[in-house]
Amino acid sequence: MTDISNVNTLLDKMAESIQSKCQTRQVSDPLMIGIHTGGVWVANALHPRLGLKEDLGTLNISFYRDDFTRIGMHPQVEPSSLPFEVNDRHIILVDDVLHTGRTIRAALNEIFDYGRPASVMLAALVVRSGKELPVCADVMGIRLNLTESQHIKLTGPDPLKLELQESK
Amino acid sequence: MGIHISKGHLIDPTNQVDKITDLFIEDGQVIGLDKAPNNFKTEQLINAEGQYVIPGIIDLQARVREPGQEDKASIASETRAAAAGGITTLCLPPDTQPIIDTPAVIELIHRRNELAASAEIVTLGALTKGLGGTELSEMYELKRAGCVGVSNARAPIPNTLVMRRAMEYAANFEMTLFLTAEDHSLSKNGCAHEGMISTRLGLPSIPEAAETMAVARLLMLVEQTGVRAHFCQLSTAKSVQMINRAQHDGLPVTADVTTHHLYLTEMDIGYFDSNCHVFPPLRSQRDKAGLREGLSNGTLNAICSDHQPHELDAKLAPFCESEPGMSTIDTLLPLALRLVDETNLTLSDIIARLTSHPAQILGLKTGQLGIGSRANICVFDPQQSWMVSHETLNSRGKNSPFIDWEMKGQVSHTLLAGRVVFQR
Amino acid sequence: MKQRDIQLDSQGRLRHFLTIEGLKQQTLIDILDTAENFSTVGTRKVKKVPLLRGKTIANLFFEASTRTRTTFELAAKRLSADVLNININTSSTTKGESLLDMLRNLEAMHCDMFVVRHHSSGAAHFFAKHVAPHISVINGGDGSHAHPTQGMLDMFTIRRHKPDFTALRVAVVGDILHSRVARSQIHALNILGVPEVRAIGPRTLIPAEAESLGVHVYNDMKEGIRDVDVVIMLRLQRERMQGALLPSENEYYRTYGLSPEKLALAKPDAIVMHPGPINRGVEMASSVADGPQSVILEQVTNGIAVRMAIMSMVLGRPNEEQEAN
Repeated sequence: MTDISNVNTLLDKMAESIQSKCQTRQVSDPLMIGIHTGGVWVANALHPRLGLKEDLGTLNISFYRDDFTRIGMHPQVEPSSLPFEVNDRHIILVDDVLHTGRTIRAALNEIFDYGRPASVMLAALVVRSGKELPVCADVMGIRLNLTESQHIKLTGPDPLKLELQESK
Repeated sequence: MGIHISKGHLIDPTNQVDKITDLFIEDGQVIGLDKAPNNFKTEQLINAEGQYVIPGIIDLQARVREPGQEDKASIASETRAAAAGGITTLCLPPDTQPIIDTPAVIELIHRRNELAASAEIVTLGALTKGLGGTELSEMYELKRAGCVGVSNARAPIPNTLVMRRAMEYAANFEMTLFLTAEDHSLSKNGCAHEGMISTRLGLPSIPEAAETMAVARLLMLVEQTGVRAHFCQLSTAKSVQMINRAQHDGLPVTADVTTHHLYLTEMDIGYFDSNCHVFPPLRSQRDKAGLREGLSNGTLNAICSDHQPHELDAKLAPFCESEPGMSTIDTLLPLALRLVDETNLTLSDIIARLTSHPAQILGLKTGQLGIGSRANICVFDPQQSWMVSHETLNSRGKNSPFIDWEMKGQVSHTLLAGRVVFQR
Repeated sequence: MKQRDIQLDSQGRLRHFLTIEGLKQQTLIDILDTAENFSTVGTRKVKKVPLLRGKTIANLFFEASTRTRTTFELAAKRLSADVLNININTSSTTKGESLLDMLRNLEAMHCDMFVVRHHSSGAAHFFAKHVAPHISVINGGDGSHAHPTQGMLDMFTIRRHKPDFTALRVAVVGDILHSRVARSQIHALNILGVPEVRAIGPRTLIPAEAESLGVHVYNDMKEGIRDVDVVIMLRLQRERMQGALLPSENEYYRTYGLSPEKLALAKPDAIVMHPGPINRGVEMASSVADGPQSVILEQVTNGIAVRMAIMSMVLGRPNEEQEAN
């Protein structure tokens, strides 16, 4: 299995990959939005690597979750904050782990409630098996084939570490 | 037919009997104590070993909802429940539909009572026509037809002159006046005692003064007119003190209290339990203590049920919009018995307040078991406990605030004029 | 017999929202924090989140109130719920059986939540006791008993200006006797740890044993308002007045109305609140209502976020059966 011990190496690789994707797609001045909580940590690490001009946006997708009635409402301390107009802008959406795709679906819905972006590129630190929606990452740090009982978790924010757990 | 009640503990306060003995009954009367009279033939033997034998209970106020509200209950259903609770006499206030203000209504009630004779019913006649509070009723006619007293139930008599004349007129025919002490301008729209709970729940309230003002006014008039007055269902400690003083001064006044006011307070309303919506309202802890004190020192002469059965729908509404009243006929005896543990009253004192005292107040010869008296008898097991539930309540009204309470004391036999009308 | 608080489920979470009394401090803080999140939704382009999509909320108003109904409606719609507004002519539903009949009918329409506003104290509890187990009830004001969502939006407004409840002195002024708003505010202020809550009003408008609610009673407005951080004026509910409670509006304004002179006795940075609608010149001077210390319009705005928070917390409870499995 690929090494997950060095998150920084993965981040460097992602930053590089984002830059080349932006070039080929002729995307200039992209905005970056991280998804609470892990995605914001990853975005915070990518943001200086890419030298983006505008502040990082953050999304708290708990109001958009499709499993709301199952998991319930938990009081959140940090609401979404998009300190910019999203209309006609290119957006890099960042999450820590892409798993079922439901979080990304919720995040896209929320972004569209703020406006109509020109494009959205998805960057995920980890892409693991278990996809339930047609959502793919444009950029990833690492792909992991995990069984259902295995969980990958990002701890942080400093230092960022990936942990693989086995549930019984 | 001869009935022999053997080895029961007989308590007959009037005749100062308090011992284990045998009782012999024939032709509807008590004919012997201790030893069987000559030629007595036992046709039915009731073994009352370990049980108490007391005069049938006389309930000073119970509503049977007939005539007029047969959807709630009936004479048949409620006298059956009474018998199961050891009660042999029920006193009906005049607020039936039609109102008890003519001999015809009294005859109707007595005729229906005869058809369903599990307990006997006595009636109070209306003090004013249609309980309207303005014109005197034909009290002499009502008395002749069998009314044991007159009352205006909960209906107001706002004009003090009318009240004074009514008292004079009742006194003229030596009728006892049964009074509900309520100043309607103070209790207006209220549905809970004015205090902590009404404040917390935002319920329109009935101040203590709604009762004490009325007691004061009525006592002044009793003093002037000399009418024999009985105050029904007092709810405040202050009223008890006022009645006590009046009795001390020699006024011909008596008073009763309900079991629910002896056990419950405003706190029992909890979060709007409509089964605790009642008039007069459940009062404070201090009032409850004052009522128990009044019962102990003899100011309050009797304990009654103030039974008011309702159909389920009557209580299915926000607190104030539900119909007031509690179904309490089933719990009268066991709750009264419990006072032996919770006050300094003896069992004999309690029995007197359920039997001989109410008989005196109503002018009845029952309420005692001397030789030659009518054999209205209750036999109960003091140790038998039971849970109050919709199933165990015999009344058609299930609106008891005592649901899920454990009761100790259960009736095994009830005799009405020498006939077994209930047997468990 | 002590029964469990019917507004909580077996896990202690809000199943209904009937009264603030008896709730834990953490529950109130959770409501305020969640509302803080929702407050940003109203400033966005699309003022809507899909949280309660597919849910149906029925506003049952037995007592006319356009304003309260509108904020409940807006809150529900911003959560993407479907909303039914039902105004009930109270004269046709005086019997309890028809109330229950109506309840059964609404249940048959598969509603998930009832917002109940009723003229009789205890009506919300009555509904909560009798609804089917999957339905939640929110008290939109019952008689003189409680108006808990208003109470919470007032706490939200206070916290925005004065974040530390434990350092506050708060005065509630006016018709405490008939005010469900006052009762809810007083419970909330006490639970949130406000050390001094004052109730100010004439003796005719202060209920019996008012201190038992957790307030200090002042009959003199000038004395009561001195050095307070928050002044909450109550609406003088003239329609509820019966008997001789007050001689005139003029005299009321002179004695208990919030004039600039009386407000000057409070702390200089005190905020002024009112649940609305204001009787200008009766409860307070226009110059105070529209003045720099007034946060009355903020209260209206905050009402939506707070109601969104409460609705989503109540409806977003994990299914108890699912959890048991």
